[in-house]
Amino acid sequence: MRALTRGLLGVAGFLVIWELFGRSRLVPAEYLPPPSVVAVELVKLLGDEAFLRDVIATVLALLIAVGLSVGIAVPLGLVLGSVTSVRHATRAVVEFLRPIPSVALIPLAIVLLGIGPETKITLAVYAAIWPILFNTIYALDELDPLLVETARAFGSGRVRVLVSVALPSALPFVLTGIRLAATTSLVVLVSVELLAGGSGGIGQFIMEARSGAGRMDLVLAGTVVAGVIGYLVNEGLERAQRRWVGWSSVTGGRS
Amino acid sequence: MTAMLEVAELGHTYQAKDGAYTAIADLSFTVGTGELVCVVGPSGCGKSTLLRTISGLIRPTRGQISLHGNEVNGVPDDLAVVFQDYSRSLFPWLTVQKNVEFPLRRNLGRAERRARAAEALEWVGLADAGRKYPWQLSGGMQQRVAIARALAYRPALLLMDEPFASVDAQTRFELEDLLLKVRTEQDTTVLVVTHDIDESVYLGDRILVLSTSPASVVADLKVDLPAQRDQITTRESEAFVALRGEVARLLNVGKTSEEVKARRKANEQQAAKWAEAERAESERADVSRDEAEERATT
Repeated sequence: MRALTRGLLGVAGFLVIWELFGRSRLVPAEYLPPPSVVAVELVKLLGDEAFLRDVIATVLALLIAVGLSVGIAVPLGLVLGSVTSVRHATRAVVEFLRPIPSVALIPLAIVLLGIGPETKITLAVYAAIWPILFNTIYALDELDPLLVETARAFGSGRVRVLVSVALPSALPFVLTGIRLAATTSLVVLVSVELLAGGSGGIGQFIMEARSGAGRMDLVLAGTVVAGVIGYLVNEGLERAQRRWVGWSSVTGGRS
Repeated sequence: MTAMLEVAELGHTYQAKDGAYTAIADLSFTVGTGELVCVVGPSGCGKSTLLRTISGLIRPTRGQISLHGNEVNGVPDDLAVVFQDYSRSLFPWLTVQKNVEFPLRRNLGRAERRARAAEALEWVGLADAGRKYPWQLSGGMQQRVAIARALAYRPALLLMDEPFASVDAQTRFELEDLLLKVRTEQDTTVLVVTHDIDESVYLGDRILVLSTSPASVVADLKVDLPAQRDQITTRESEAFVALRGEVARLLNVGKTSEEVKARRKANEQQAAKWAEAERAESERADVSRDEAEERATT
């Protein structure tokens, strides 16, 4: 409870500084509206169907992107982490692809996929794969050989060792990877919506509010909503981690 | 007494980057059904290599091992191992109950698995700990869980690798007595590898004394103590004291001649190299076994 109180105090302090800054004449009020103004717009927006549709578009794309990334990166990580030869063979390609910013791939993705939601989802998946993939590989490196030997001494074959020992033992790292991936995905999704438009979402809402009437209060309201989504996703996954892999020291759970 | 385990002319040489190391030269011995045999030897003498070859984790380079008449070729179905490091051999994401059920998952239905695990936990005095996680228990209790897991598997042979070396002295006594109790009740054949001379005398029906590496059997001693043992009176008895002295003499304990010292140091260095070669080897063995499995299924 105390942590919660402190957290709320922090948020309140931030809002007060923003309010004072917005009301001071340091920046024109129309560029940086204070939170009291933004809050009013936000409440209005929450009753606005078009805006809610944008929020849903972004959240849905996020869920799909994270789901796809997990589906691709975890099995891939298990293979790369347990078969050394494959890992060596793919190292150069992986190290080349990984540092490419997703946003730099927007033109290519648009040419290949058009401007529908599949473009932003593909780019979000591209960004989200790496943290999950690398955490899974790293987790397999850390796998305790004695756990494997124990399972083998009881007659477990390679596949069973992978599924019943390597995978659960990797889970804390994998979940951390997913948490990082979800936040990255959200950043990429909103960026692509903002830069490429066409598929709805919070990013496009922000872009339209800025370009037409230059409504910075709406821009900031959209930004706050994006931030809240990111916070909730992170918090939810952290809770899941504490609950599912509380045995692990990686999550700092009870042990 | 029929033989449960037969080790004949066993030898193992590791191939490492900087040459070959012979861990076991020539070992032959048998363990009769229902017997508890202790293997005692100086550190780095190839005890754990022996244990790994018997459990099928690595394939020996020479000789044969057979378990109730069947040659060991890969991990045998009815053999269980208890390792020294309980905290790393229990699965931390599984409850105590599920840990004990783990080896049973392959062959048994849910209800039977549960019943067997509960029964085994009762044998080791942990009937109420099933829902806990291993890391919530003390070290001694964790090792009891590992013993329960091995017993629930109903192995023809229970192998123990320095099983009580990581617990405090008091707990060690408790666990030794627990082992003696359950092996009598369950009629289990046990092979304990230890470096502790007193423990080998206290636990064993027989003691195999190994030489420094490459290991061979220096002596095969019968322990002439009553079946019912007691941590205080047994350890005070003349027979116990005489036998522990004999084992110690065979192991050159206390002799600090330069030759012995040098040999001991060399052994320890070798042990480290083996550990490395062993790991590489067990990975290779893993692959070849999988290939064999694949061939068998197609």
